[in-house]
Amino acid sequence: MIQISFSVLFIILGIIFILMGSIGIVRLPDFYSRSHAASKSDTLGIMFVIGGLMVYEGFSQSSLKLLFIILFIWLSNPIGSHALARAALKKGIKPVLYKRSSKKEEG
Amino acid sequence: MHYFFLYSAIALTIIIAIPMVRVVKGPTLFDRILATNAIATKTIVLICLTGYIFGRIDMFIDITLAYAILGFLGSIVIAKYLSSYKVRRQREQEEL
Repeated sequence: MIQISFSVLFIILGIIFILMGSIGIVRLPDFYSRSHAASKSDTLGIMFVIGGLMVYEGFSQSSLKLLFIILFIWLSNPIGSHALARAALKKGIKPVLYKRSSKKEEG
Repeated sequence: MHYFFLYSAIALTIIIAIPMVRVVKGPTLFDRILATNAIATKTIVLICLTGYIFGRIDMFIDITLAYAILGFLGSIVIAKYLSSYKVRRQREQEEL
């Protein structure tokens, strides 16, 4: 019973984090802040949901494979987001606060 | 517990549909790529939950692994392609 309740708690927490990341992609003003919302909160939410499924499964082969998925997402999601942000910076997309700080340096 | 997985999968489906707004109206190309990448990473969780709904997690987990690797590879390849020197030079010449 305590196993099922912990699993439900983890899955609901993860879905809340995924919802926050999903709203952040739509609402935030800039490409870089959108990338921040997409990478961090999504990674945490996916880890929570799959961790909840691991708790529900118990010790088995499927649980080990779920652990591999957590490790892979933990490595791959920030790497993909970082590569995309680096490509955007090389292409010359400016952050929102860039102009304001340059004006402050001039004045 | 079966109904809990079902309802959480329905909620996740609605949540996954939200970044499609950014895909449609995103100002730059990178916003669209970012939103599609976010959709691909969230679909991993949806496939896992689908495996528990049908009661065949041992089959669906392999599909999930393959899908995760494919989504990561596509994102990396597109980012590397857009940041390569040749593409940037072509774009600058087109803008001039």
